[in-house]
Amino acid sequence: MKGMRVRAGRFRLYAAVAEGGFRRYATYRIATAAGVFTNTAFGLILAYTYIALWDERPGLGGYDQAQAVTFVWLGQGLLTVMALMGGGFEGELIERIRTGDIAVDLYRPADLQAWWLASDLGRALFQLLGRGIVPMAVGALVFDLALPADPLRWLAFLLAVALGALVSFGLRFLVALCAFWLLDGAGITQVVMLAGTFFSGMLLPLNVFPGALGDLARALPWSALLQVPADVFLGTHTGLGLLRTYAFQLGWAAALLTAGRLLQAAATRRVVVQGG
Amino acid sequence: METVGTTDLIELEGVEKVFDVRKKTGFLRRERHQVRAVDGISFTVPRGEMVGYIGPNGAGKSTTIKMLTGILTPSGGRLRVAGIVPSRERTRLAQRIGVVFGQRTTLWWDLPLIDSYRLVHRMYRIPDARFRENLDRCVELLELGALLDVPVRQLSLGQRMRGDIAAALLHDPEVLYLDEPTIGLDVISKAKVRGFLRDLNTQSGTTVLLTTHDLTDIEQLCERVMVIDHGRLMYDGPLAGLHEVGESERTLVVDLERELPPMEIESARVVKVEGPRQWLAFPAAQSAAPLVARIAARYPMADLSVREPDIEAVIAKMYAEKATS
Repeated sequence: MKGMRVRAGRFRLYAAVAEGGFRRYATYRIATAAGVFTNTAFGLILAYTYIALWDERPGLGGYDQAQAVTFVWLGQGLLTVMALMGGGFEGELIERIRTGDIAVDLYRPADLQAWWLASDLGRALFQLLGRGIVPMAVGALVFDLALPADPLRWLAFLLAVALGALVSFGLRFLVALCAFWLLDGAGITQVVMLAGTFFSGMLLPLNVFPGALGDLARALPWSALLQVPADVFLGTHTGLGLLRTYAFQLGWAAALLTAGRLLQAAATRRVVVQGG
Repeated sequence: METVGTTDLIELEGVEKVFDVRKKTGFLRRERHQVRAVDGISFTVPRGEMVGYIGPNGAGKSTTIKMLTGILTPSGGRLRVAGIVPSRERTRLAQRIGVVFGQRTTLWWDLPLIDSYRLVHRMYRIPDARFRENLDRCVELLELGALLDVPVRQLSLGQRMRGDIAAALLHDPEVLYLDEPTIGLDVISKAKVRGFLRDLNTQSGTTVLLTTHDLTDIEQLCERVMVIDHGRLMYDGPLAGLHEVGESERTLVVDLERELPPMEIESARVVKVEGPRQWLAFPAAQSAAPLVARIAARYPMADLSVREPDIEAVIAKMYAEKATS
């Protein structure tokens, strides 16, 4: 009985944190508008590049031209949701670790990982609505996109996006916690961001890469951020295949979040004993 | 097990904190040495007391506070707050203490002040009625009414500090730790913060441990002061006694109507002359009023101000005396 009340209380706390995460990004309207403009401009450039590429090599990676262009716009729509180029909570957390403000977070009766996860999911939801919809709509107006007719597939896509956001958080939480040992998190952030840009499929869809590199790229957690949701959207995974896809995302999310918990425990121990 | 019968809310017995510091002495070569940030400190603070905890930079003040909140584990000694061992039950203790770090904020930077309070409401699971009541009281006493809808990043330092103090009090903590609560504030903001803390202590009986560089904070708020330096407790007693022990001096800055040779006044000596302005040093324990009266009777005085002794100077003097005795 008491346990349930406590859990309900925790849920309300993290719901409030997520709501705050959503609203802090919603405050910056001009930044959002500028971001939408950039995403749209980049989307146009990339779309024409892909059209040129698919004209030369029709059916590359198993996509037809409409699917390839759709992939571009999905990438632009999910770029900030998955914080592929940074811009999530990680910069702030690294800064708090560097300045020692993390001490304030530690004495509060709340879990560090759950707190940042809630706040980052709030942010991701805002980015999906604020920066995902408009570029996608522009893309659909200018190009012939392969949009799903089945509303269930849209739902399946949203679920894949939600799971991708979990994986994205799990990756960035690990990176941010490294600041406890490295003091400066800039280097590792850059390396991971570069890896993320490539291995998520942001540069080119991962299914165009043949052989071992392709297999590796598709097995790494970054593919859960863009490649997997895009394939769900394009209808590549259906039925049992769809469940397998979700299991792949869930598996990475669980592994990364667990690793984050362990690293957090080690970091807390270090701060508590060493004073950070 | 909570101790029954004692009224001591904070108990420290021989508490130590030793840090391992690694220093690079060459390529891949590192030297390790230990820093004793807190070196065997013992004191108790009874419920309802307001105590000043002072000392120069790096004396071990913040390290002590961090151990009292449970975010640092002591290397040795015994430490209890409200019957709880902080490092072992940090989260349970958090429900009973409030912390304000003057140079850090718990408030949510981009969002209106009220949003941070809503989070505190959920985080400490404060009953709704209780939360309303406490918030209303804090808003009234700390004059936050007009600020609730302002994003924290737009608040002035003094406003933000008042906001932080309110955030630390909404869950009715029994103990409040304040680490430099008036640092960087202007005179009016300092007065507001001090007035609020005084009322909080007398009316709600909240136990307060106050760390500061500003002796005026201590003078106006605390009957008891503890001085720490090099990780050791140098003094624990009333503020007046500190001045006696340290033989500290206050300074009277007198602006005369014209340039004059150094004034001759009993129980004070001129330490500096600059045009019509003269600096007189006199024992800190002595009242300035008769001194001023004597000067006014004999010299053409235009203006004056009193400077409090520098805490660092007082401590330095105490330290020197301990070494020689």
